[in-house]
Amino acid sequence: MKKLLTGNEAIARGAYEAGCLVAAAYPGTPSTEILENISQYEEIYSEWSTNEKVALEVGAGASIAGARSLVAMKHVGLNVAADPLFTIAYEGVNGGLVVITADEPGMHSSQNEQDNRLFAPHAKVAMVEPSDSQECKDFIKHAFEISETYDTPVLFKVTTRVCHSKGVVEFGERNEVGIKEYVKDPKKYIMVPANSKAKHIEMETDRIPRLREYSNNSPLNKIEWNDRKIGIITSGASYLHAKEVFGDTVSYLKVGFSWPLPDKLFREFADAVDKLYIIEENEPYMEQYIKAMGIDCIGKEIFSVCGEINPQIIRKAMLGEEIEELYNLELEVSSRPPALCAGCPHRGIFYALSKHKNKVVVTSDIGCYTLGAMPPLGMGDTVICMGAGITAGIGFDKVNQMADRNKKVFGFVGDSTFFHSGMTGLVNAVYNKSNMVVVILDNRITAMTGHQENPGTGKSISGVEAPQIDIENLVKAIGVKEENIRVIDPYDMDSNANAVKDGLEATEPFVIITKQPCALIKDVQRRRANLYCQVNQEKCRKCKTCLRIGCPAISMKDNVVSMDTSMCNGCTVCLQVCPFNAIESFGEEVM
Amino acid sequence: MAKSLLLVGVGGQGTILVSKILSEGLLEEGYDVKMSEIHGMAQRGGSVTTQIRFGDKVYSPTINLGEADVLVSFEKLEAARYVPLLKKGGTLIVNEEEMWPLPVLAGFEKYPEGIMEELKNKLDNVMSINARTIAEELGEPRSQNIVMLGLIVKALGLEAIDWKSKIKKFLPERVHEVNLKAFERGISL
Repeated sequence: MKKLLTGNEAIARGAYEAGCLVAAAYPGTPSTEILENISQYEEIYSEWSTNEKVALEVGAGASIAGARSLVAMKHVGLNVAADPLFTIAYEGVNGGLVVITADEPGMHSSQNEQDNRLFAPHAKVAMVEPSDSQECKDFIKHAFEISETYDTPVLFKVTTRVCHSKGVVEFGERNEVGIKEYVKDPKKYIMVPANSKAKHIEMETDRIPRLREYSNNSPLNKIEWNDRKIGIITSGASYLHAKEVFGDTVSYLKVGFSWPLPDKLFREFADAVDKLYIIEENEPYMEQYIKAMGIDCIGKEIFSVCGEINPQIIRKAMLGEEIEELYNLELEVSSRPPALCAGCPHRGIFYALSKHKNKVVVTSDIGCYTLGAMPPLGMGDTVICMGAGITAGIGFDKVNQMADRNKKVFGFVGDSTFFHSGMTGLVNAVYNKSNMVVVILDNRITAMTGHQENPGTGKSISGVEAPQIDIENLVKAIGVKEENIRVIDPYDMDSNANAVKDGLEATEPFVIITKQPCALIKDVQRRRANLYCQVNQEKCRKCKTCLRIGCPAISMKDNVVSMDTSMCNGCTVCLQVCPFNAIESFGEEVM
Repeated sequence: MAKSLLLVGVGGQGTILVSKILSEGLLEEGYDVKMSEIHGMAQRGGSVTTQIRFGDKVYSPTINLGEADVLVSFEKLEAARYVPLLKKGGTLIVNEEEMWPLPVLAGFEKYPEGIMEELKNKLDNVMSINARTIAEELGEPRSQNIVMLGLIVKALGLEAIDWKSKIKKFLPERVHEVNLKAFERGISL
C-alpha cells in the first residue's frame, strides 16, 4: 500500500512496523505529531511525559527492560533530556532505543536554531538522518537494528521540512519482535564511577570503532556517481534541495548515518571528484570533520550557518544565479504576526497587569502567553526557555531589590509548562524567599502545540481518563502560604485587577492561578457558540479602550468600532473595560 | 518538469485542508507529490503557507522567490505578501476576502488600499473570486475553502480527477452536501 504521509506520520508508521512497544514524548513543534500518530497503534504503549528528560528516562527504562522504545522531542527538548542521554550512551540498550530530535533551521516556531547533530559526537551516540517521508519510515527500522546490534541509543535527527512535508510512502508489515529477556547486569546498568570507567573505555575501543566501520559500509550512506567534476556531500532535506538543482548531473555522497561519520567514504568520494562541496543546514558539522581529514572542500564559505537551505540558495551560492524578474507591488504590506485568539483566557490578566506597566517586570515563558508580549498588551520582558518564566524571575527580582528599583516581577507560566519545569522553579522561589509573583495560566490543555493532554487535563494521550493533578494543591504543598494564593476566573476583570493588586503588595512568594479553558477546545467552542458581544453605536465614544486589549474580533473602520460576532465567544473582557458601557453581551451558553 | 503550487491564507481559513485534498488527488492521478506546510503559530491568526509540488519526480518540497506556477491566496493582503514567490507569467488565484491583522486592528499599521487594482495592474494572470459571497449563498460560510478548491482544479486543468470522493474523505458527513455544491460553484466559475 502507498500513502501520502508527513515525515512525522512516517516515523510513527516505521515505529509500528519495527515492533516498537513503548513511546514517550513531550509536545513541541515540529515533533508533536509523531507521538499523536504512534498513539493510534494499540500495540504500542504511548504517553505524554511531563518533560523531555522524563520521556527519555521512561524510554531508557523500557529499553533496559527489553522493549523497543522510541522517544521524541523538539531540538530544545534534547537540552532538557541531555542528562540521561549522555549516560544511557554509556549503558547501551537491551531493547532498541531511538531518540528523535526534530530541529528547526529557520525557527518557524522556536526560540533558537541549534543544530542537534553536534549532540551525537558529544554524547557518543549513533546518529541517523532521513531526507523524506519514505526514509523516515525505513530509517526508523534501521535505527532500531543499529541500536540493538551496536548496543547504543540512536539519535534520529529530522528537521521541520522533513517532519511537515508529505511524500509517498510504501507500507510494510509489523515485525513483532517481542520483549527481550532482562538479565540483571550492574556493570552495564549501574553507572557508578568504577563501572562507568570501564564502559567509557569499552565504547572508545570497541563500540565506536565498530560503528565507524558500519558507517563506511552502511546502506544509509550512499554514493551516487554521475559526472565527477562536481561532488556534493549532503544529508537530510539539503539532499533533496541539491537534487532539485542538479538532478543527475553531479555526483553525491548522501549521508544518512551521520555519527560516526564515514571517513573512508569521504576519502574515496573526495579523491574521485574535481571539486567538492558540502551542503548542510546550520553548523559545518560534516565540513569541519572533512577539513580536519585534510580534504579540500567548500561549505560555509558560500552557505550561511543561519536559516534553512533551499534550491534557490544553492543556485545562487554554487551557480551564481540571481533571480531576475519578480513582481513588485507598490504597496505597504502590513505584517500578520500571531496573536492571542478572540476569547483567549490569557488576555484579561495581561490587560490588568498592563495598567501597572511602569511598576512591573514580566518574565514570560514558552506557550501561547508568549504572545502577551506583543503590542498592544506589551506584557513581556524576557522569554528564554520552558520554566524560565518563574526562575529567571527569581534572579531578576533579587537584582531589582539590590538596585532598589521598586519594580515587582511577575513570572508567567502555563499549566503544561508548570508541570514540565515550572514546579522545580516554584520550589526554588519558596525555598530562596523570592518576592516575585508567579502567574499560572491554567487553560486545561497544552495549547500552542495544538491541544495535547497534560497531567492537569484528566486525560491521557489516547483520550482515556487519567488522574488529574491539582495545581492549587500542588502550589500549597510546595509551601506557598494559602493567603498568598489567588485562584481566579480570568474572564472576570475585577478578579484580575484585585489579584494583580494583591500581588504587587505581597512580600512573600505569591501565586495567581487563572482557571478558564482555552477558547479553541472543541467542547468550549460548542458551549460558547451562541455567546457574543456587540457595540452599541449610540453609546460608543470611540475612546479606543477596547482596542487596547488586542482582541482580533474588535476593529475600528471608518471611525466605527465594530465586532466580528462570528469570531467573538462572549468572554466579555472588552465589555468590562469599556468606560461607557457601550458593549453589550448576547446569547446563552449551550449546555 | 514539476509544477509548484503555493497556497497562502490566515490561520483558520482551511488552506491546509485544501492542500491535503489536492495532494491526495494528485497522488491518485499518478503524480509524484511533495507537500510542505508551515503552521507553527498559525492557529493564533498568523499567516499559513502550504507548498505543493507535483510532477514525474519531485525532490525538494519548497517553493522560493519567483518559483510558484500558481499562487492561491485565500485573503487579499496575503496575496500581496506572497506575490514575490510567483513565477513571471504565473497565475494568481485570489479570494477577495479582507481580514485585518492585529497590528491593523489595534491601529499600529494600515491595511493597504487598492490591493486588487495593484495586483491586476502588475500581474499577467489574475483570477479573482469572492468565495465568501458564494459560500454564504450556500448557507455555510466555512465552505469558502472548497469553493476555492473548485477554482484551483479548474485553473490547473485537473477536472478529470475524482475530487468529490476526496472532499467526502476529509470532511464530516453532515457537511458533505454543502461542500460538494461549493466545489461545483468553484469549478464552474
